[in-house]
Amino acid sequence: MASPASAGKRASGWQRFKRDRFLLLLALPGVALVLLFQYVPMLGNVIAFKDYQPYLTITESPWVGFANFEVIFNGDPAFLNALRNTLIISFLQIAVVFPIPIALALLLNSLLSEKIKRVVQSILYLPHFMSWVIVVALFQHMLGNAGIYNNWARQHDFPQLNLIGDPDLFFALITSQAVWKDAGWGTIIFLAAISRVDLELFEAVAVDGGGRLRQLWHVTLPAIRSVVVLLLILKLGDVLTVGFEQIVLQQNQVGLETSEVLDTYVYNYGIVGGNWGVSAAVGLVKGLVGAILVLGANKVAHLFGERGIYSKW
Amino acid sequence: MVTDTKPRPKRSSPLLPGVARQRRRRTVNGAPVPNVAVRGVKGILLFLCCAVVLLPFVAVVSTSLADQEQITAAGGYVLWPTNPSFDAYAAIFRGGVVTRATLVSIGITLVGSALSVAVVALLAYSLSRPGTWGHRPILIMVLLTMLFNAGMIPNYLLIKELGLIDSYWALILPGLTSAFQVIIMRAFFMEVPKEIVDAARIDGASELQILTRIMLPLSKAVIAVIGLFNAVAYWSAFFNAVLYINSTEKWPLQLVLRTYVVDNTQIGTDLPGEVVPPQQSLQMAILVVSLIPICMVYPFLQRHFAKGVVIGAVKG
Repeated sequence: MASPASAGKRASGWQRFKRDRFLLLLALPGVALVLLFQYVPMLGNVIAFKDYQPYLTITESPWVGFANFEVIFNGDPAFLNALRNTLIISFLQIAVVFPIPIALALLLNSLLSEKIKRVVQSILYLPHFMSWVIVVALFQHMLGNAGIYNNWARQHDFPQLNLIGDPDLFFALITSQAVWKDAGWGTIIFLAAISRVDLELFEAVAVDGGGRLRQLWHVTLPAIRSVVVLLLILKLGDVLTVGFEQIVLQQNQVGLETSEVLDTYVYNYGIVGGNWGVSAAVGLVKGLVGAILVLGANKVAHLFGERGIYSKW
Repeated sequence: MVTDTKPRPKRSSPLLPGVARQRRRRTVNGAPVPNVAVRGVKGILLFLCCAVVLLPFVAVVSTSLADQEQITAAGGYVLWPTNPSFDAYAAIFRGGVVTRATLVSIGITLVGSALSVAVVALLAYSLSRPGTWGHRPILIMVLLTMLFNAGMIPNYLLIKELGLIDSYWALILPGLTSAFQVIIMRAFFMEVPKEIVDAARIDGASELQILTRIMLPLSKAVIAVIGLFNAVAYWSAFFNAVLYINSTEKWPLQLVLRTYVVDNTQIGTDLPGEVVPPQQSLQMAILVVSLIPICMVYPFLQRHFAKGVVIGAVKG
């Protein structure tokens, strides 16, 4: 086998291809799977422009132009309802769920004992690895009407809590589940950013007479700023994507009025209801808007002098 | 108010030992430690956070082990089984829907994570060798999948067109590759010193030998982590099963959980033999069964994967 060193830059494409054929062979299964399961479905989005009939193939189904998109642009009430709920949940995720890990990371970072810090971290990371089915089941059995809390509250004449199955409290329910599941795990990245700070910076603040609060304000917070911006950008790209599994699991109990979001709309309307073209159109628009939001937010981040999401590659 | 009044010679500054001893103030990064009140509030806050996380697990395990009498007396759930029994577990593993689903989940998890590690490692290795023909377009192709994805309907139609509906492969194949994991593994492979690889090549090692004799042994940790992470993902996979699996016999555990624990369907009728344990214990036992594998791999996961996330996300 020719050594890459002797091939150098002047080797022709064919020679390099021949030289690297074994490496390319190794990449083949991965490339094939990515193409098949990531890129082929992107082509499948053409059915957004077709009247897809399950008994015909995709190519045989007739073209209908933009007819499927009418449900979006004519403001179909069910669609608008799903959009509204999605945006409300997204807003809650950015306003409530997002800052909690930052606060928790600052709290953990301020601990003096490394040992306690590690134990607490181990405990708080755990729920992240639980599936949504488990999280929903745990919430029901803890807070449901017959759950452990209400049981105890009934016996001790405490106010009962009807968090599960009440449409008015649905947003509170899924927000608290998201916090329970991922707040601890979310601290990882902020703690990592803090740990990379030069200790001398903290000492410099102390030498200048600043206490721990000043260290927090002048060193710790600036240190995590770029990570916060980065995660906010990514979050923004997901504005139209909100915890699908989590919501679908609990939809029966609260009804579609408050619990239908864009993803569940696509599922209920398309796969369950058989309106393939329309829900593919909704999914396509949703995906496009998400991509545009990420790219746009990244631009804004660059304007503010932040690294954004690309420089890491 | 300073908490520790005992002198701590070890903590005193080597430059100004006298000063440190006089003030007897412990400092961290130059600033004094916070006072009792602040530390107390922090302690309570963190204790509450930990309790909120752990309590559900304690209640679930305890209730799964409790007997009918105690559950009735407690009105549904117990926090400590006085008379622990494994009846509920015996009942769900006597055969029937839970037993079958557990086996299905174990199978999918083992096959899926093994294949997935293999595919990701090979792709990452190939992309980690400098100057490989076509490695740039392939890398970009993989990375783009982090930004865009096709959406649910086209994915469903693909599985349908491939004839994979109601097949276990529908649960395994779509999750085999992950751009994020490829990047992490590639970063790891690229950190192996070039000299080692060159030396091996001079000694006549083929690419395959370089991969199996040098790269893989040096990257055991990252391979284990990627494997575990995939295992957790396959074990927890719920929605693909909802979409693609129609027949009850092929349900993985997460679907059984949804049906019998979240949706509260009575499970007794689906179990063989006479069912003695109370519904509550059965439900909690199913929940525990789905928790056990994750808790088993958790110590490895959280130690290593925290590192991996940080490498992948912060490094720049």
